[in-house]
Amino acid sequence: MPYRYPARTPEQRKELPDIAHRIVAPGKGILAADDPLAPRTRRRTGASTASCADRRRPRQPRLGGVILFHETLYQKTDDGRPFPQVIKSKGGVVDIKVDKGVGPLAGTNGKTTTQGLDGLSERGAQDKKGGADFAKWRCVLKFGEHTPSALAIMESANVLARYASICQQNGIVPIVEPEVLPDGDHDLKGCQYVTEKVLAAVYKALSDRHIYLEGTLPKPNMVTPGQACTHKYSHEETAMATVTALRRTVPPLEEEASINLNAINKCPLLKPWALTFSYGRALQASALKAWGGKKENLKAAQEEYIKRALANSLACRGSASQSLFISNHAY
Amino acid sequence: MAHQFPALTSEQKKELAEIAQCIVANGKGILAADESVGTMGNRLQRIKVENTEENRRQFREILFTVDNSINQSIGGVILFHETLYQKDSQGKLFRNILKEKGIVVGIKLDQGGAPLAGTNKETTIQGLDGLSERCAQYKKDGADFGKWRAVLRIDNQCPSKLAIQENANALARYASICQQNGLVPIVEPEVIPDGDHDLEHCQYVTEKVLAAVYKALNDHHVYLEGTLLKPNMVTAGHACTKKYTPEQVAMATVTALHRTVPAAVPGICFLSGGMSEEDATLNLNAINLCPLPKPWKLSFSYGRALQASALAAWGGKAANKKATQEAFMKRALANCQAAKGQYVHTGSSGAASSQSLFTACYTY
Repeated sequence: MPYRYPARTPEQRKELPDIAHRIVAPGKGILAADDPLAPRTRRRTGASTASCADRRRPRQPRLGGVILFHETLYQKTDDGRPFPQVIKSKGGVVDIKVDKGVGPLAGTNGKTTTQGLDGLSERGAQDKKGGADFAKWRCVLKFGEHTPSALAIMESANVLARYASICQQNGIVPIVEPEVLPDGDHDLKGCQYVTEKVLAAVYKALSDRHIYLEGTLPKPNMVTPGQACTHKYSHEETAMATVTALRRTVPPLEEEASINLNAINKCPLLKPWALTFSYGRALQASALKAWGGKKENLKAAQEEYIKRALANSLACRGSASQSLFISNHAY
Repeated sequence: MAHQFPALTSEQKKELAEIAQCIVANGKGILAADESVGTMGNRLQRIKVENTEENRRQFREILFTVDNSINQSIGGVILFHETLYQKDSQGKLFRNILKEKGIVVGIKLDQGGAPLAGTNKETTIQGLDGLSERCAQYKKDGADFGKWRAVLRIDNQCPSKLAIQENANALARYASICQQNGLVPIVEPEVIPDGDHDLEHCQYVTEKVLAAVYKALNDHHVYLEGTLLKPNMVTAGHACTKKYTPEQVAMATVTALHRTVPAAVPGICFLSGGMSEEDATLNLNAINLCPLPKPWKLSFSYGRALQASALAAWGGKAANKKATQEAFMKRALANCQAAKGQYVHTGSSGAASSQSLFTACYTY
């Protein structure tokens, strides 16, 4: 048993959980601003985000972290400040999306794995210098009659663990995102069952690769019925299913994060982690709509965005209420 | 993905979860009185008592007929097959005596080790053959939980990946079969303390073992809310020259657990593994005071560490019954307090309670 080859130095073991903790301080969450929209749109989203961060002074910022696309990390505001600098000046933490999209798994029913491991260490080192302190990698699992297959689960878990290992080597906290897509007509129980299987595989893979769990953040899907499921479930049922799945699979470390609903934080089961939010569409949808690509709408867009962030922050504390579903969402 | 084949009905799940919670409620723990005939022989030899069925029965009778207030500290007792069917001197079955005290009865289900070829003397555990029928019978005969001990060793090339995988799988199979028959499985993957490895090494190995066990339990669709874990505390090997405090043991132990054991598991009942009675209590207390997240009950499932003083007090003589029961009750109470982080070490424990109870390559 080669434990004599510790994967991280004591300094790294201190730095990583410190970063993770800053992201999920009570009521804070993550803005996922890394959708691969057209370049101009991406930039405007980033600019809007950075300006929002500006405008929120002197109020306490609600966001712990912001996930950026690679390009956005190196862009600047109109007055020449790099985006990471603006975000950090407001107490936020900068995250970089590092996966390179999906590739097919042969011999499966349309299953995919996620690419991006080649040269990841070098890119990670560079992004760390550029101001990123955490990274995101999304694996996608699709629900169907024979899916997700054991191969898809194993491959996704493996790839996530490898990415997490490389991140930690470079002082970056990995967000671990094994998303079971909501496409399909499966019921709530079906999603819960699959989510439990996926998360169990992910945590085994993280253990196998000597990942320092205190320096990671999981970003699993909430347990929900498929979008085409005819049976309707209450928020409380969704909350119960989600928390049950997490309690059965996610080790009870302090600095866990991601996903939540008002109902989840009210769920009476014992929840040993901090449950917060990491939203892309849900935080940006109304802001993007209000903006409509016009500079004169910037203020209205920022107001919409702050409204959503505040609402989610309240929901984190269990005190807070248009479907954004895109079929086969890949980004 | 076959979620439409649930392993248990809602009623089965409810029953299992209730049994598990009952055993570890309010600081209660488990008396592991399931020593096999041979192992009991070793115990009796130490106090110069002959290893007969009657002597084994007598000692257990003294323990089980202790005052009812024992049910404040002991939530469950694990029995060996022979003991499940033994009676007190008035002809009353032991299992009924325990049940009337509100104590849950458990049964040892594994059938000893078998070698794993191609490894450095590592083993897997036997007992899966006919296990379902045995479980069903034990359930009828009054048992509500089962126990299965897997053994892993730290040594050159040990534990190997094969040994971990094989033992995790066997544990998961056993757990699944138990639950099918209404028994709560106590899952015991013991990393034994033999060797001169340090605390960090034990922690590393314990984390790997527990990660494998929980993956296997998940693969076998085991209902975690209806199980209990019986792990080793994380300690240095017995031959390690460096000494560690209870706080260091506690930190290493809880760190390992919170990286591997899901919150859905209701209780973790540590084995004592050859620690002295006093060390087992002090370490358990420190564990319960450890500042890391601890969503499970942290309690005890002690054999040697609950019975050493009692055995010494008994010495095979019926006249020593009262002294024996007092010694047992004292340890049970101390460990119950420790399970709540409330144990105060008075320093007045007898010689037996500070004595190391380590036996090399312990099998029982």
